[in-house]
Amino acid sequence: MTTYTAPGTQGSVMDYRSRYDHFIGGEYVAPAKGGYFQNPTPVTGQTFTEVARGTSDDVERAIDAAWGAAPTWGRASYEERSGVLLAIADRMERNLEKLAVAESWENGKPVRECLAADIPLAIDHFRYFAGALRGQEGGISQIDQNTVAYHFQEPLGVVGQIIPWNFPILMATWKLAPALAAGNAVVLKPAEQTPASIHVLLETIADLLPTGVLNVVNGFGVEVGKPLASNPRINKVAFTGETTTGRLILQYASENIIPATVELGGKSPNIFFDDVAASRDAFYDKALEGFTMFALNQGEVCTCPSRALIQSGVYEDFLAEGVERTKSIKQGNPLDTETQLGAQASNDQLEKILSYIDIGKQEGAKILTGGERVEMEGDLAGGYYVQPTVFAGHNKQRIFQEEIFGPVVSVASFDDYDDAMKIANDTLYGLGAGVWSRDGNTAYRAGRDIQAGRVWVNNYHSYPAHAAFGGYKQSGIGRENHKMMLDHYQQTKNLLVSYSDSGPGLF
Amino acid sequence: MNSAESAVPERVAVTAEAAELIRRLREAHGPLMFHQSGGCCDGSAPMCYPAGEFRTGVSDVHLGDLIIDGVPEPVGFWMSGPQFEYWSHTHLTVDVVAGRGSGFSLEAPEGVRFLIRSRLLTDDELDRLRG
Repeated sequence: MTTYTAPGTQGSVMDYRSRYDHFIGGEYVAPAKGGYFQNPTPVTGQTFTEVARGTSDDVERAIDAAWGAAPTWGRASYEERSGVLLAIADRMERNLEKLAVAESWENGKPVRECLAADIPLAIDHFRYFAGALRGQEGGISQIDQNTVAYHFQEPLGVVGQIIPWNFPILMATWKLAPALAAGNAVVLKPAEQTPASIHVLLETIADLLPTGVLNVVNGFGVEVGKPLASNPRINKVAFTGETTTGRLILQYASENIIPATVELGGKSPNIFFDDVAASRDAFYDKALEGFTMFALNQGEVCTCPSRALIQSGVYEDFLAEGVERTKSIKQGNPLDTETQLGAQASNDQLEKILSYIDIGKQEGAKILTGGERVEMEGDLAGGYYVQPTVFAGHNKQRIFQEEIFGPVVSVASFDDYDDAMKIANDTLYGLGAGVWSRDGNTAYRAGRDIQAGRVWVNNYHSYPAHAAFGGYKQSGIGRENHKMMLDHYQQTKNLLVSYSDSGPGLF
Repeated sequence: MNSAESAVPERVAVTAEAAELIRRLREAHGPLMFHQSGGCCDGSAPMCYPAGEFRTGVSDVHLGDLIIDGVPEPVGFWMSGPQFEYWSHTHLTVDVVAGRGSGFSLEAPEGVRFLIRSRLLTDDELDRLRG
């Protein structure tokens, strides 16, 4: 067991600077209008640094820098681009603890997750796209004996990326690695809730990147996100967030006729068929842990398994044991490696979760455990902590239909396979789902019948590179985490060549 | 039955604190609108934009207008139709809390965030809404 010392205090493995400017053209640049905003840690509620409050002037400057770098980077050899990504991964690996503590402090998530998941996954992601790029081949189509169609992948140019706050470094990496591999220059806007940890990453890797290839402009959505997403000088926009902003970004993209990928969340069902309880063995224990996965990352995951659907034959027993497992979750100081549940990322997030617990109670859903804010003691007293909460209810209740983004699961029972599929698909969203069964046929059929882009079968919350991730229905457009994401950052150039000496004879 | 009871009940209201914020945002940004978001991160929260910034379409439902002293025009409140199907049995109140916000909502730089508080519509309200 280790408890990391808080950043900024003696003995910490990392310190934040007192202020972060924009990173534009390979150097730190003060915001054009001179404003800064304060950045609190959700661990204690106390401000630990201030960050540049960008405006459209800063966005334009960043796009200038990106366009200055894009032509050279786009023509760089695959070996060179791949090499940069591999070097980034190596550098991150050597700074794992520092990056993990930085992210935990800024986001409020348990440091054990940063150490074991967020940062190692980000490292692997850079390596994966370094490899995917080297393996990419264009196609050659023989149209007839003397006519050949060549297909080349070309970079888009400059792309805008808007990053969410739930995995500040990993989500930035999901977008950065394919964009950079594909040969684009990037203007990236971190979330205003977590604007600083990306700069700790930048300090670690900036010297590995050619000047201007990656530019980071901090600030608020309306002041930076909008001028970036609506800018006629970007060639693609990528966004992770919610539906209204997603639609707004798609509207801006339509004005400029550029591609957009949007990942907009979900209300993921986690389905437990009767046969999981055929034996009280390791698999049963694994399924119970799968139920409890709603609390991972404080529920602040787009694929949070926030609807647990349990077959009626085992409903009472399985749910009772799931509640017991939930009660055993260790909540506390995120910098303690024993902590399993940390702080919600911001005060408004905390308030929103509490407002959903309120409407859940009004609608008649029953709280089986949790349901309250946690008042911590000492330094943590000002932080944003919520008890892991289990509701029992039915699928028409709003807590079953809206992404709460907190450690809250809504549980309902189902009678048979068809009932399970009906409830599972009765949602606006289709990002993730879980299926738990010892019967391979049932699990396979359910996996295919659920309208979601990622269905975990007998596991949950695993995010390896090389497994495509993205949404059906209102959960968005595009797939991340897979080599197919290179296509989202490239144009296809078709060179249609005639090797014939004779013309077609039309004129 | 008096006229107040027979009138169509409101679906959306606003707290005094939120109304004060809307007045300030109106002065800075001109006429305003709300669109209720769903989905992850900052979803399930109302987004406030300059009127017309977010283009509503045939799939959107106009839940009502917020009438606020000092704001010359009504502030429209919208939600996507499919989302409304799951929300239609609840009454919404726009409130505001301290927070960092996100999305492109206008209030985020002020260090506050609009938030929806909900209550169930009564049977009587639902009957009258169905007309």
